[in-house]
Amino acid sequence: MFTINPFAELSASIPPNVMQGYLILMVILVAGGTILDMMHKKSAKYFFENAKKAQKNAKRTVSGGEKIGLAVSTVASEMLTSSEFCNPLRRMSHLLTMYGFIIFAVTTAMMVFGSSIAVLPQLWHIGALMLAVGGYWFWFFIRVDVSAEGLSPFRLERGDLFILSLLATSTFALLWSYTQSAGIAGWSTLFLVLFIASTTLLFGGVYWSKFAHMFFKPAAAFQKKVTKADGSMENLPGDYDLTDPEVQKRFPDIPEYMGKNPPNMGLGIKREAPNHY
Amino acid sequence: MPTFVYMTRCDGCGHCVDICPSDIMHIDKTLRRAYNIEPNMCWECYSCVKACPMNAIDVRGYADFAPLGHSVRVNRDEEKGTIAWRIKFRNGKKDMDLLAPITTKPWGTGYPNLSEAAAPTQEVRDSELLFNEPKYVRMDEGGLHTLESNGLEIKEGVQY
Repeated sequence: MFTINPFAELSASIPPNVMQGYLILMVILVAGGTILDMMHKKSAKYFFENAKKAQKNAKRTVSGGEKIGLAVSTVASEMLTSSEFCNPLRRMSHLLTMYGFIIFAVTTAMMVFGSSIAVLPQLWHIGALMLAVGGYWFWFFIRVDVSAEGLSPFRLERGDLFILSLLATSTFALLWSYTQSAGIAGWSTLFLVLFIASTTLLFGGVYWSKFAHMFFKPAAAFQKKVTKADGSMENLPGDYDLTDPEVQKRFPDIPEYMGKNPPNMGLGIKREAPNHY
Repeated sequence: MPTFVYMTRCDGCGHCVDICPSDIMHIDKTLRRAYNIEPNMCWECYSCVKACPMNAIDVRGYADFAPLGHSVRVNRDEEKGTIAWRIKFRNGKKDMDLLAPITTKPWGTGYPNLSEAAAPTQEVRDSELLFNEPKYVRMDEGGLHTLESNGLEIKEGVQY
């Protein structure tokens, strides 16, 4: 199962250009859904108005080079390692899901467009497995509805459209590949139909789901870094180094009550995860 | 000034829900973000604002005394043991940062051993001050603070 390219087998019944056309249609659906989502929520308008407001409150100008540095650190930290998550389990599950999806989507496109690199089928299966493991872990154990609010994991909301269509896509892809390689013809067709239906839902439902967060979140993280760099800080107070003599001179209570070199005070109320909803 | 949540910054962690003394911060069941379910019942204690690790909660000023343009934001840093405030006045001219300690020892290590503490003397018992009231909060040095002792007086009318 793991070494067989399921799309090569499929090309016997569905011509490759039909599959390629379907993929292109999905890309168009994602782009269209994201643009409609942006127009409906006015998120881009809000984002740029907010950026302008921050610039007006700026204490210093951030140079172009510095902005490139911030963009690079956003890519390296927030995008590639999901550093915005406070909960390490949630972060691990997000990394599994994110990299699983990227590997799965890229290898699918490469195989459908006729690439014959030997390792692609293995990567495709690994991607689908990562997506399924990260996704089911999140769905049954990590998300607040289940872990904190004690609601049934089978309770569905419209907000679950993205994660559920991702889970369905990876699950049906694996089942389809298994039944196809095992030669179970009827089941294989059923799972193929379900796989296509779930991918269509995933990419066609962008307007209603949180699919577009992969475009918005990096932009928001970058803007947050810019507001820190230019001193506007979204009107938040500065981040002071308590050992700095300048800070100690400006706020004399700090050295008087905490000493010249205050220790790390630990997690405080964050010692306990919130679970009293 | 009841609190509200910036839904784009909230990640639904639930710290505000845990800490709210009025139990009015809830997680929206559909969006999984916190929100103040009953702003009228918010007594503006700022607990959720301080507890939010994402700085996603802010307070909405009443339009009569805090028109648009002002801002009072806070950052409670557990690990440093400090609380920082930034207050921007609505005329845009005054923008001040304040920083104060909230603990002098690592969290959970400073419990007093009351059984070994000396009992208050009769003089302390008769005093109007609290037993062991720290210097930081007591106000008896040079007499109690009054408008007069601070060289202030009440003026008639609305002052700007």
